[in-house]
Amino acid sequence: MNIELAQVSRWYGNVVAVNDVTMTIGPGVTGLLGPNGAGKSTLLHMMAGFLAPSGGTVTLDGTRIWQNHEIYRSIGLVPEREAVYGFLTGWQFVLSSARLHRLPNPDDAARKALAMVEMEGAKDRRIETYSKGMRQRVKVAAALVHDPQVLLLDEPFNGMDPRQRLHLMELIREMGTAGKTILFSSHILEEVERVAQQIEVLVAGRHAASGDFREIRRRMTDRPHLFRVRSSDDRRLASALIADASSGSVSLTEAGLEVRAVDFRRFTWLLPRVARDAGVRVWQVSPADEDLESVFSYLINRSG
Amino acid sequence: MNGVIAGISYRALLGRRRIWLLVLLPVVLLALAVLLRVIGADGERATVELMRTFAIGIMLPLLGLIAGTGVIAPEIDDGTVIHLLAKPISRPVIAQTKFLVAASVVALFATVPTFLAAYLLIGLESGVASGFALAALVGGVAYAAVFMLLGVVTRHAVTIGIAYAVIWEGLVGNLVPGARRFSVQQWAQTVADQVSSSFFLSTEIALGFAATALFVVTVGAVVWAGLRLRSFSLTGDE
Repeated sequence: MNIELAQVSRWYGNVVAVNDVTMTIGPGVTGLLGPNGAGKSTLLHMMAGFLAPSGGTVTLDGTRIWQNHEIYRSIGLVPEREAVYGFLTGWQFVLSSARLHRLPNPDDAARKALAMVEMEGAKDRRIETYSKGMRQRVKVAAALVHDPQVLLLDEPFNGMDPRQRLHLMELIREMGTAGKTILFSSHILEEVERVAQQIEVLVAGRHAASGDFREIRRRMTDRPHLFRVRSSDDRRLASALIADASSGSVSLTEAGLEVRAVDFRRFTWLLPRVARDAGVRVWQVSPADEDLESVFSYLINRSG
Repeated sequence: MNGVIAGISYRALLGRRRIWLLVLLPVVLLALAVLLRVIGADGERATVELMRTFAIGIMLPLLGLIAGTGVIAPEIDDGTVIHLLAKPISRPVIAQTKFLVAASVVALFATVPTFLAAYLLIGLESGVASGFALAALVGGVAYAAVFMLLGVVTRHAVTIGIAYAVIWEGLVGNLVPGARRFSVQQWAQTVADQVSSSFFLSTEIALGFAATALFVVTVGAVVWAGLRLRSFSLTGDE
């Protein structure tokens, strides 16, 4: 099944949370990547029928999602907030989900869903005694109990320990391979890269980039990189570097050289050779703008 | 009506500390009745006053507030309501189920103690006990609907609810004659007056008006709550 967003915007008063986004989420695993506050949750809530778009349309295989409770036959939702009925046991919670879906055999469905998230052992304990990761898993089980064609997860790996995280990633990958449409949001590139075939990048409410992880990686690497270089003779190294086209600009500072490399690969290849030929000893090379935020802001500036 | 939702709602409402709030007010009513009996002030007049001012005037709106907002407001606050809303169940059905849970709880916790308190004082004399029990039932059901709607519409349901119960129902409804036509407890008392032949109970609203008003308010609040739930939004507080 496909979730289609056509020119979707959402604003709160004067604040634009999502700005003219058009995308199609198809079968397989899609990662919605963006820094905190980029509008990921807003977008996901609109796909889940918990927010009306201010402009544009959000549809599931052509059917409007907003104010249409029938879509939940096909959609499973794992919200970000961890609150669940603490007085229910994990088993009662997932079973209630199966019953609310009016499944023909709710007990079997609940048992299967709990097994998928490896929660059989703790199923008879009250949810209020669970750790954050266990709550997350029991929420995933409740969302999976009706074997939905579409699964939406809002920051699903938050609060999970590494082992739980790996297990959920594996589960998501398997479901994607089985042809389900899965979308999850995250602000961590490595997380998204490991699970999603398709990545949609959202920055400041705008759809900044789209592609498979290689494409996104390439776009994130093929950008001007800023390096800080310290050496035995900064002045000499600077004049040697500036001669090559791969270093866009070189400036001499108190802390060393600042080199803006236009061609990342060529620059990393070039630097040691130039230094050797010039007889300069390089002490330190450090990236000055490697944080995700600057990568994102580069992407948005280029797409805008 | 959805059995699973009703089950979870009953457990949320009665399984927690909230049940003590629900128990407290009826216990106070019964204690007051015992006290009046002990000090010998157990005439029909005192009984009607206790029923009018405490049972219908204070206990009923507060029970309605606790149960009516209690079936939905905390779930909306902490987001657990998503578990119910993200299901192929129409939102009006969810609102109706929540209403039935709240109404049944108010009916039980208000009607039975009201009848018992009056019976303790004057038995079945002049139909006071059954009259006020019926009033507690219909008034409690209306309050449950109104306060559930309030819980769906605003995050400040309890504050607004208390202000409404105290200021409008308590002061304005009792003191300003014109406003009495628009007060749930005045409608409830009209119903009590209809059943009871007591000389000490007199109301000025016609039964037809009171009955119609109770019905319209109850049904209207439940329908409105269902419509509001259809547009339930998660705001983007990332």
